[in-house]
Amino acid sequence: MPVGAEIEFKNISKTFGAVTAVNDLSFTVQPGRVTGFLGPNGAGKTTTLRMLLGLVKPTHGTATFGGIRYRDLPRPLATVGAALEAASFHPGRTARGHLGIYAIAAGLPKERVGAVLEKVGLAEFADRRVGGFSLGMRQRLGLAYTLLGDPGVLVLDEPINGLDPEGIKWIRGFLQDMAREGRTVLVSSHLLSEVQQSVDDVIIIAKGALVHRGPLSSLDALDAALVVVDSPDRDALEVALAAAEVQFSAGRSGLLASSSDPARIGHIAFSAGVEISVLHRQKSGIEESFLALVNGADTP
Amino acid sequence: MTTFLRSVAAEFAKILTTRMWWVLALVLFGYIGMLAGGLSALFAGIESGAIDPSGGGAGGQGVPPLGSIPPLIYSFASSVGYVFPVLLGALATTGEFRHQTLTPTFLATPRRAGVLGAKTLTLFVAGAVFGAVALLASVGFGALVINAFGVDPLLGDSETWTLVGRTILAMGLWAIVGVGLGALVPSQVASIVIVLAFTQFVEPLLRFASAFLDWTAQIAQFLPGAASDALVGASIFTVGAPAAASSVGLDWWQGGLVLLAYAAAAAIGGYFASWNRDVT
Repeated sequence: MPVGAEIEFKNISKTFGAVTAVNDLSFTVQPGRVTGFLGPNGAGKTTTLRMLLGLVKPTHGTATFGGIRYRDLPRPLATVGAALEAASFHPGRTARGHLGIYAIAAGLPKERVGAVLEKVGLAEFADRRVGGFSLGMRQRLGLAYTLLGDPGVLVLDEPINGLDPEGIKWIRGFLQDMAREGRTVLVSSHLLSEVQQSVDDVIIIAKGALVHRGPLSSLDALDAALVVVDSPDRDALEVALAAAEVQFSAGRSGLLASSSDPARIGHIAFSAGVEISVLHRQKSGIEESFLALVNGADTP
Repeated sequence: MTTFLRSVAAEFAKILTTRMWWVLALVLFGYIGMLAGGLSALFAGIESGAIDPSGGGAGGQGVPPLGSIPPLIYSFASSVGYVFPVLLGALATTGEFRHQTLTPTFLATPRRAGVLGAKTLTLFVAGAVFGAVALLASVGFGALVINAFGVDPLLGDSETWTLVGRTILAMGLWAIVGVGLGALVPSQVASIVIVLAFTQFVEPLLRFASAFLDWTAQIAQFLPGAASDALVGASIFTVGAPAAASSVGLDWWQGGLVLLAYAAAAAIGGYFASWNRDVT
């Protein structure tokens, strides 16, 4: 079983002319977990991943796998599998021909080509030219490339883009399986909701700088504390909340009370003898705190 | 296997997994075959007296002395066919940029200089194979037609076989020129336009115009096409040229070195111009 290495970014920066794409990023990615690398389009995610893989030279800093730079890895494809964009193929080559080239270049046995095509569900299209593939099939072929060397580290840039619902479900399970086997899985996305169900940790960047890192649940704790509460007698509820000195505003499905504790709001209503029809914490709080973090970078 | 040999094997696989190589080889064979067959009929016909050059034209002053016909015809393989290995080489490099296959290539082999070296070696061999294909057409059809007019096709002559060997060498070098050009000008369209414009128009014109003065002819012998013709030892371009040009010309080994210098300069320049840059 391949062993995952720790990915470490140390003070990495990249400037293109006068534009700073990535600004002094430092973080680590642990094996055995799926780490979501999040940020809006243009935040510097792809540039950061390309620096990690030795495709773009950092202006400052280093990125390493278990302490070794990508270009110094003795067997790169057997250590790291990376999928960066959906269209890194010559349209005139077959899927098998495409993968075969890189299996030869990396000194991997020929059988791996068939094995990875099987694994991503492209076995029956192996001898078709890639030019006729749908975006979803190209994504799968990109994924097949990452698995060629059975690496311990997976680096995937927006792997969910262009997948159909079935493909999305498949890749979520796939990412978690890979992490459970002890691999390091780093997956970027500009939508938290896309990866929310499969990531354990999140690293969020905006405008090339780190804005948040931690387990997914850490976003929950950042939640703007709101409880949705409603009553058939909303006026009485408002009076009760005001008496208890709880801030609130009118929302679509009830009152939005400034509290992180639904039990306390319920107790206030109960004590005032007000019937309650709705009582729960504000949902989709993770997405909101994600957006707040990302937009917060606009006003430093 | 070392990383370099694996890269060479991968570069061969890249060429053989698309249709470009045999489409180009087929066109090269047909083009050179038709040219060699047609022109040997004309030249050998004149030489044997089967065709009277003063017959049709108004100003029938005869044709300039052709010298020996067979090497002239056989050298079409490189003097006309050299654009094909250049195109193959240029497409091999620009295709990597165009289809973003540099990413998987550099992920599999992060040492980029080695990859370019492997591509250069591979395309040299592929260019040499193109040379063999072109010779098959020029010598094959040429000798057949020349013989039919009763002129000796010189197939037993050692000089003919020296020409064959040097043509293969020249075509291999031309493919490297293409690889380097593709790295210097990664845009596929721009690269193809430059190859076609330079080989089909600019250089022939320069070589023709420069032949009238001695000092321009001295410079023009270092043009890549002229160097290639010097290496091969015969060319349609030197036939009927004004007197100044005929006294100027590199030795075959000098021509080979000049062509090698072009190939090396293009490949090394391309490495710094694009190959070793950020892949975004």
